Amino acid sequence: MVEASSVEIRNVNKFYGPFQALKDVSLSIPPGKVSCLIGPSGSGKSTLLRCINFLEEYDSGEIAIDGQLIGYVSAGGRRMSSRRLREMRRSIGMVFQQFNLWPHMTALQNVCEGLIRVRGLTKSEAEARATDALKKVGLSDKMANHPSRLSGGQQQRVAIARAIAMEPRLMLFDEPTSALDPELVGEVLSVMKTLAAEGMTMVVVTHEMGFAAHVADQVAFMEKGELVGVDAPSRILNHPEDPRIQAFLRTYHERNSF
Amino acid sequence: MFSIPVFLSSFEPLFWAARFTLLISVLGIALGLVVGALICAAALSRSRWLRWFAALWVSFLRGVPLLVQLLLAYYLLPVIGINVPAMVAAVVTVGICSSAYVSEIWRGAIIALPKGQTEAATAIGMHPRDIWIRIILPQAFRISLPALINELILLVKASSLVSVVGILEVTRASQAQAATTFRPLEVYIAAACIYLIINLCFAALGRYLEYRTTV
Repeated sequence: MVEASSVEIRNVNKFYGPFQALKDVSLSIPPGKVSCLIGPSGSGKSTLLRCINFLEEYDSGEIAIDGQLIGYVSAGGRRMSSRRLREMRRSIGMVFQQFNLWPHMTALQNVCEGLIRVRGLTKSEAEARATDALKKVGLSDKMANHPSRLSGGQQQRVAIARAIAMEPRLMLFDEPTSALDPELVGEVLSVMKTLAAEGMTMVVVTHEMGFAAHVADQVAFMEKGELVGVDAPSRILNHPEDPRIQAFLRTYHERNSF
Repeated sequence: MFSIPVFLSSFEPLFWAARFTLLISVLGIALGLVVGALICAAALSRSRWLRWFAALWVSFLRGVPLLVQLLLAYYLLPVIGINVPAMVAAVVTVGICSSAYVSEIWRGAIIALPKGQTEAATAIGMHPRDIWIRIILPQAFRISLPALINELILLVKASSLVSVVGILEVTRASQAQAATTFRPLEVYIAAACIYLIINLCFAALGRYLEYRTTV
């Protein structure tokens, strides 16, 4: 069982020049639960996710992980030191749409890299832990392969192993299945379900409504930088009250029926 | 008439001169790689002054012909009180000139890397120093390899220019020989063969390095 973090997002705003990407967004991410962020492209859900580990800087508001503000020393105050930021990021895993594996390293080396450079493990300790992580995502037979010799689904599972080997207390998924061929989506989702069952706090930006419906504990819907609604998946996906959510789901169902 | 014996006997003095051609191009690229790395770092730095300095460096050294740079070094250095052997001045001038091209080759390779490569490392809390050493530079080096070999081959040929400051490299040696034997055709064909052999070797080295670093 992992120690799980909670995330508190309060009144977050984010601008790209004059364009406001996040508008006064507030959201509670409870520990050990799966929260899905859904909504049309460009609605700010990836931006919000990337603010949680401060890959993207938010301009005002607060994001706190286990009560600890990330990115700034105090709300509206100075930027936190890069050293402190690195310390906080160690316990936040992230999985990207494009996998972002390092192509010059094998699957095993990809997983070991952070353990050695960030956690300070010796090579043999790191390899032992990386082997466990790769076994967990079902890739013990692919450890010596470079990413170019792996399918998209396998690459994404290596990326998940790379994140969980660091023993994070929070996992962020940025459209983890959007770059995959349809037949490879299932293997990645099943690894994510296993993680969820172990009580990992997960924030998942996704277009997989099936995953949101069956695995999420709460679903947040975003549009045009605003958090329109957040609720249990059964309510928000089956009986949405907000007309914007109804319209989004209608388009989604039309696209996915034939 | 083309004479085979004259052609063959032209090689011996040229081989001796080829040492200087090799020395100038290999030391030149070595210096170019080191200085080019520094200039590239300056070009990518957050400091406006360093970026400005790098831009000035690159535009001067790329904008002025190497031949003119060699003549400048040859006549200018003694004026400002620096007396170095012609060979040293030649290697330094060729190397400095090459650094402008190398820094641009590396800058291009670095900015060609997808942003996600750095982000993945940042997200797990890696130190920027480790990100450079472990993630960015190994990949950038691999991307830059064909262009660097190109640059080395260009230097081999550009080394013929240092004949103007009196160094007896392949081109100058063949001119001297042609002037004494009155057999220019045989001598210059021999010189062409020597340049070709050197560059084929470097091209093979490049292919080997590419093969070694490809995954």
